[in-house]
Amino acid sequence: MEGRVALVTGGGRGIGRAIAVRLARGGAKVAVSYRANDEAAEETARLVREAGAECETFKGDVASSEDVDALFAGVKEAFGPVEILVNNAGTTRDNIMLRMKDAEFDEVLQTNLKGTYLCTRAVLRGMVRARWGRIVNVSSVVGLLGNAGQANYAASKAGIIGMTKSVAREVANRGITANAVAPGYVETELTGALSEEIKERILGQVPVGRFGEPEEIAEVVAFLVGDGAAYITGQTITVDGGMVMQ
Amino acid sequence: MGRDEILEKIKEITADRLGVDEGDVTPEASFREDLEADSLDLVELIMELEEQFGMEIPDEEAEKITTVEQAVDYVTEHQAA
Repeated sequence: MEGRVALVTGGGRGIGRAIAVRLARGGAKVAVSYRANDEAAEETARLVREAGAECETFKGDVASSEDVDALFAGVKEAFGPVEILVNNAGTTRDNIMLRMKDAEFDEVLQTNLKGTYLCTRAVLRGMVRARWGRIVNVSSVVGLLGNAGQANYAASKAGIIGMTKSVAREVANRGITANAVAPGYVETELTGALSEEIKERILGQVPVGRFGEPEEIAEVVAFLVGDGAAYITGQTITVDGGMVMQ
Repeated sequence: MGRDEILEKIKEITADRLGVDEGDVTPEASFREDLEADSLDLVELIMELEEQFGMEIPDEEAEKITTVEQAVDYVTEHQAA
């Protein structure tokens, strides 16, 4: 990935930040998009630069078509066309189905699924032209297993898997791969908010017996975007301590 | 650029993009039926025309271009003065 232009959406925190830093270490120029937290994005940028790479941050909502256009125009101006896209931006609005509000459902689907769609569509023209591209979509084991209280999130993450496979088929003969990574429970702010009791219950389902580290997800992403992974496309790689074995 | 010149250039671009013989790229040829282009080939072809002729072809217009002649017509009408 040396010298490649990478864009990581939702790169301000958590898994996105770890991916941005890992791609930087691989020699990519890294653009990071984020929705709200300026401070966190600046910290990611600092870490990316510390890893020896150029970094630019872009504020915007991946669910907004205008923001996505502006994002890609901005990255193009700074670094050139995006060659590696990591659709990582995601959100949760947990509730049991019986109590789920339309707004909770819509918001999660908009950010997680529509955001992935908008960014993928925006990146493909340049990748098709270049006859090279890497798309990695961050799904979740919840998209494979389901999870009580996360019907909206599970639907969005399962949707990402179907979209990934379809896009992979459309552009496979253009030197572009599209894969999904499905993390299990990873130590981030998202999971940090869980109670001890729930954490214990989760760990009971994880053969490895611990939560994952964001860096462990980033490592798989780095593999998938490399030249060595050109023959892997349309796959969903679970990085979950053995929760899902397929 | 004159119409004949545009036709020649489009023939060349089409043959190159679709990997077909330039002789098969006649004005009447349909990109899909005669030249066996798929949807993505057509998008690429349009992108190449945009680049080579320095113009933007909106998606709604691009979808109407199905034959070589229609591509020539479009470029002839819209080329920069």
